[in-house]
Amino acid sequence: MKHKLSPRLPSLRLAKSPTGINGLDEITLGGLPRGRPTLICGGAGCGKTLFGIEFLVRGALQFGEPGVCITFEESARDLATNVASLGFDLEKLQAAKKLYIDHIYIDKSEIAETGEYDLEGLFIRLNTAIDSIGAKRVLLDTPEALFAGLSDVGVLRSELRRLFGWLKDKGVTAIITGERGTGTLTRHGLEEYVSDCVILLDHRVQNDAVTRRLRILKYRGSTHGTNEYPFLIDQHGISALPVTSLGLNHPAPSERISTGIAELDGMLGGQGYYRGSSVLVTGTAGTGKTSMGAHLIDAACRRGESAIFFSFEESPQQIIRNMRSIGLDLGRWVKKGLLQIESARPSAFGLEMHLVRMHQLLEQHKPKVVVIDPISGLLPGGSEHDVHGLVLRIVDFLKHSGATGFFTGLSAEDDLQTTSLAISSLVDAWILLRNIEVNGERNRVLYVLKSRGMAHSNQIREFLLTSQGVRLREVYVGVGGVLTGSARVAREAEEQREQIQKEQENRNRELTAKMALHSLEVKIAKLQAEKQARENELAAAVGEGQAQRATRLAERAAIRQSRGMAAGNSGNSRRPNGLEGKL
Amino acid sequence: MKAAKTAKSKSPRRPPKAPSPKYDLRLYVAGQTPRSLQALSNLKRICEEHLAGNYRVEIIDLLKKPQLAAGDQILAIPTLVKAIPKPARKIIGDLSNTERVLVGLDVRPARFTAGKG
Repeated sequence: MKHKLSPRLPSLRLAKSPTGINGLDEITLGGLPRGRPTLICGGAGCGKTLFGIEFLVRGALQFGEPGVCITFEESARDLATNVASLGFDLEKLQAAKKLYIDHIYIDKSEIAETGEYDLEGLFIRLNTAIDSIGAKRVLLDTPEALFAGLSDVGVLRSELRRLFGWLKDKGVTAIITGERGTGTLTRHGLEEYVSDCVILLDHRVQNDAVTRRLRILKYRGSTHGTNEYPFLIDQHGISALPVTSLGLNHPAPSERISTGIAELDGMLGGQGYYRGSSVLVTGTAGTGKTSMGAHLIDAACRRGESAIFFSFEESPQQIIRNMRSIGLDLGRWVKKGLLQIESARPSAFGLEMHLVRMHQLLEQHKPKVVVIDPISGLLPGGSEHDVHGLVLRIVDFLKHSGATGFFTGLSAEDDLQTTSLAISSLVDAWILLRNIEVNGERNRVLYVLKSRGMAHSNQIREFLLTSQGVRLREVYVGVGGVLTGSARVAREAEEQREQIQKEQENRNRELTAKMALHSLEVKIAKLQAEKQARENELAAAVGEGQAQRATRLAERAAIRQSRGMAAGNSGNSRRPNGLEGKL
Repeated sequence: MKAAKTAKSKSPRRPPKAPSPKYDLRLYVAGQTPRSLQALSNLKRICEEHLAGNYRVEIIDLLKKPQLAAGDQILAIPTLVKAIPKPARKIIGDLSNTERVLVGLDVRPARFTAGKG
């Protein structure tokens, strides 16, 4: 016992067989239980057989697992014809020994029951089929038909129980389909025998559009998505759409991309949106939402990135023509293969179809920028809840693929801040456009309502659609409120006039001061000259005085000499000075 | 043992060699299960009692020739296939209900036993 346990430990986790069906492997976290039967049940026309066939075909083509299809209702030929429209070539697969189809039919009128029997013949046929191509996958569609052909229910039940056990022993991954009964999952209670995995398919009509849904009722030994997931059957087979299977673990690049409008980049911290973020632009009719999307696309294509424009209102030609009027030539990006414009009326098909179409295009083109214009256009396609779920899935998917999503939303005039889809909390940035009617004109203004993870402007800007594209202008915010349009222009002119006036005044004052200074300087020069004159006068006066005194002394000496006073009177020779004073 | 059985069943085929038999029957079995043996002995008894040499029986063991199951759309074991006379009919089970077997073989008209569900 112990010896057996240890080598088996690694295989304790339930092995799974990938179905290859879009989205289903994500919901089932890897596929159907390997080596066990799975019951697919649902009403008529819900896609049970197709589900099974796709499981076999994808197994054979993608996973190298040949498959056996035992059909109880359709002939092999009918089956091949029916699924050919989905791109499955059953006959080719049969020729390549990757698929074996056996049609088992019972005509009750041909059969007489005359005692005890079992269904060993079925087992033998199944076994032969499986062994002939080494099948790993089996589809039984639907063994309930046996109940219509054979009357001994007791035998049938025990034989079916034996069959499912036998399939398990055989180690094949089987799909058993069953028609939905009233009050039970299948008419004959197949769910009693197949209890490892039960998948319920369903289709309802809502607003004239059919919505198919898929739910995993039970998956023994594995976690799985438990919601109802919409799915679709189109030319590529089944596509299931996991709502939140992607989870909230998408990458968050810090790279920024330009909005295509320089001024708006400036409002968003100077660099624009985050790459891979979701941007919502709402506004009333004619506020320029589409133009903003076109700018974003133009900027992306200029960088050489691919983009997809989903339009629910305008045809591609119309979009290209209209955007040319604001100076954006989207036509050349289309020609270059960078831009794909997809137009469809919201009512063209159901919500799921829209979603799947988007999914497919996104998978195919792997765009970096996706514009959906307008997302509110989808609203008539389903209930608010459905649309909300749809948008959630788009946002999730875009984020996961790293593409920047740009959604426009039409909002009602009186209720600008509630988007009808209540998706504002899903998006990373929300830009609001609105019209302001004043002074007999209507002007557009823009503001950033929120922008997660970056500094952003709190300003309201005027939004102009010019022949060179979108321009944003400062608006005048004053006592009278926000001024836009001609009022703003008038205000700007007035400001300019005031400015000129002020400049003139300044120049005048400067001039006056300069003149005053100059006159002072002149005065100073004049006084200086006067001072010099006085000084000169003073000097002259002093010099004259001395000269006169010297003359007088000389005169006195001459007089004294003439009076005979000896010049040789040496005693007197020192005196003159002392005498002078007395004189 | 098996070979002996088939040989035995072939023996009643020989006497009416000149005219082709009215009844051409095939009995499908899967190995020597008690039910198969039961069916075989029931068949022999019915044939000898009611068809009196005017028949041919082929016994096919699906364990040996599984690929033959698809041709006659065999599901239940044992199955007796009445290939001739037309219309072809399948009689499943161990053939213990002789009346029904005879109806199935068109030896007796169906209305005769219609009451028996």
